[in-house]
Amino acid sequence: MTTTDEPKTRQSPPPAQPPRPPQRPGDRIFSASAKYAGVLILVVLAAVAVFLLVEGWPAISTPTDELTKSINWLEGHSVLAYVGPLVFGTILAALIALVIATPIAIGVALFISHYAPRRVASGLGYVIDLLAAIPSVVYGLWGFLWLMPRIQPFTEWLTTYFGWIPLFAGPAANPARTILTAGIVLAVMVLPIITAVSREIFLQTPTLHEEAALALGATRWEMVRMAVLPFARSGIVSATMLGLGRALGETMAVAMVLSPGLMYSVFILQAGQQQNIAANIALKFPEASGLGVNVLIFTGLVLFVITLLVNMFARWIVSRRAEFSGAN
Amino acid sequence: MKRIRYGRIAAIVTAGALALTACGNDPATDSGSNSSGDDAATSDLAGTLAGSGATSMESAQNAWIAKFGAANPDVDLSYDPVGSGGGRKAFIEGGVGFAGSDSALDDEERASAKERCGGDAYDLPLYISPIAVVYNLPSVKGLQLSPSTVAKIFDGKIATWNDAAIAADNPGVTLPTGTITPINRSDESGTTKNFTDYLSKTAKADWPYEATGNWPKQGTQSAQGTSGVVQAVTAGEGAIAYADHSQAGSLGVAKIKVGEKYVEPTAEGAAKVVEESPLKEGLPDHDLAIDLKRDTTTDGAYPVVLVSYIIVCSKYSDAEQGKLVKAYVSYIASSEGQQVAADEAGSAPISSKLRTDVEAALTSIA
Repeated sequence: MTTTDEPKTRQSPPPAQPPRPPQRPGDRIFSASAKYAGVLILVVLAAVAVFLLVEGWPAISTPTDELTKSINWLEGHSVLAYVGPLVFGTILAALIALVIATPIAIGVALFISHYAPRRVASGLGYVIDLLAAIPSVVYGLWGFLWLMPRIQPFTEWLTTYFGWIPLFAGPAANPARTILTAGIVLAVMVLPIITAVSREIFLQTPTLHEEAALALGATRWEMVRMAVLPFARSGIVSATMLGLGRALGETMAVAMVLSPGLMYSVFILQAGQQQNIAANIALKFPEASGLGVNVLIFTGLVLFVITLLVNMFARWIVSRRAEFSGAN
Repeated sequence: MKRIRYGRIAAIVTAGALALTACGNDPATDSGSNSSGDDAATSDLAGTLAGSGATSMESAQNAWIAKFGAANPDVDLSYDPVGSGGGRKAFIEGGVGFAGSDSALDDEERASAKERCGGDAYDLPLYISPIAVVYNLPSVKGLQLSPSTVAKIFDGKIATWNDAAIAADNPGVTLPTGTITPINRSDESGTTKNFTDYLSKTAKADWPYEATGNWPKQGTQSAQGTSGVVQAVTAGEGAIAYADHSQAGSLGVAKIKVGEKYVEPTAEGAAKVVEESPLKEGLPDHDLAIDLKRDTTTDGAYPVVLVSYIIVCSKYSDAEQGKLVKAYVSYIASSEGQQVAADEAGSAPISSKLRTDVEAALTSIA
């Protein structure tokens, strides 16, 4: 309301001394609070980074023999040799989640934005958003108590018929406390965020493009393929990256579902092969002391950097694509 | 119009703030006068006592704190379950009055603790808990296992339930053909440490690892915490694991070969092993660190136990603190305190002989 009012008031008096636009207390309060909120988030982020650096530093600066002497779970490895498999496991679990979740999320988002009747669409949107509100412990319990027994016969089948692919090499674990199960749970967890962002992007497709496609005789699928998807490509990528960010940092659900192991292993149906960084911290922290805590915090720093890189990569893709995305 | 609204908001905010501060003031003055009145009336113990350490005795500590706190309302007790190592460290650095720990102080720690206390520190074994070997095999009740069979199963050398070694332990029992899935703890734990200690002492030939709180083998099935392990065993038929006996629930509990007999885990059997185990050598007077006799052959003894210590100073520079530690640990050692832990956490009450020793140690605290 104020924006439409202001031009009028400025026009009516003669432009004798227009040094500043008029400011009401609300303007000042709002601009200050917005500014401080913006600064605060940077300060918090910097504080977290500094904390991780300061607390994680002893893990790198201390010589390896001293570390392995005081921390028995390093089992003689250096810190980097310890972090390596964890990084591998973190990325593997997140990739499995994305491979499963992205196609489903895009399908759901397209259905909501272009296929479903409006009433169904908004209801479905709410339900999907609701998935994001479920705490991760509950997902862990679900994966643990419900999903695991049901997925076990499937993994058995998979390894019997496709065991010649290294990925599915047996023996399949029973109970199925594997990275595949963890990946499926993660997929359900990242589904809402990918769906929500993709849906918003699809809805922004210029109506003129869609109508033009339809007017040229395109079917609805062809219209989606020619007008909606090219327009939304960068948005889908950034949605996926947001999902990846969540999957990388997930703790509880993975800690509850996965039998951890520290190997560079691609066997996703076997137990005790991989582990994710966040879950590893959660498991080791209660009994860790001294340098052990520093090593765990250092792994946290590594995770922080990975997540930062993923997000920056997503931003970069979006900004690069924006120039020739076909909008306007 | 806007100005009016601001005025209204300001009025509401100030009124609210006034009301809140008014509320905040009243109870504070009240409780102040109340508690000073109580002091004189009920208990002569007062002050703050903090402990930290092993997660294994967390629920027992919570029960003890609740009961002891009810009897001594002016004592502010707390127990921080940071883990055994963290608890010993905090104790040596003087951060807490006592520590809970799944293992006794080692020589280096004992020297530093002596410096902190200005006298010896005592390891008092006050939390004893049997560890059960649990399995999920609906068709077999009362499975019997010898230590070397247990070691081979958990080392992955026995892969199927109808293996000859298991059959030899269970004459006349039809064993299923399925594969065995051994499950261990994925987090560092005192249960793992005591279980691997048991295997390394009783089945050396079949268990090439040392006693550690972290499971020594890679590529195994594992789960977080006792509850996680129990859930995982329940979920997978053919699974076997070790867990605190009180948490075994409806799972099968294996009888372990002790001497010539197969013994079920019981609180009495666990207490028996602790009672007949000698103290470690070279300890100062009143330090009750136990060299557990895992290879016992005594009838009815069950050597797969977890023993947790409460570590205290023999001297406290703050006399009030010393008095509190004495009172609280005496309560823990009393038959009432041990019974509370047995009801709450399923631990095994200590024997009366051990109690006498603990009480003697506590009386010597200055």
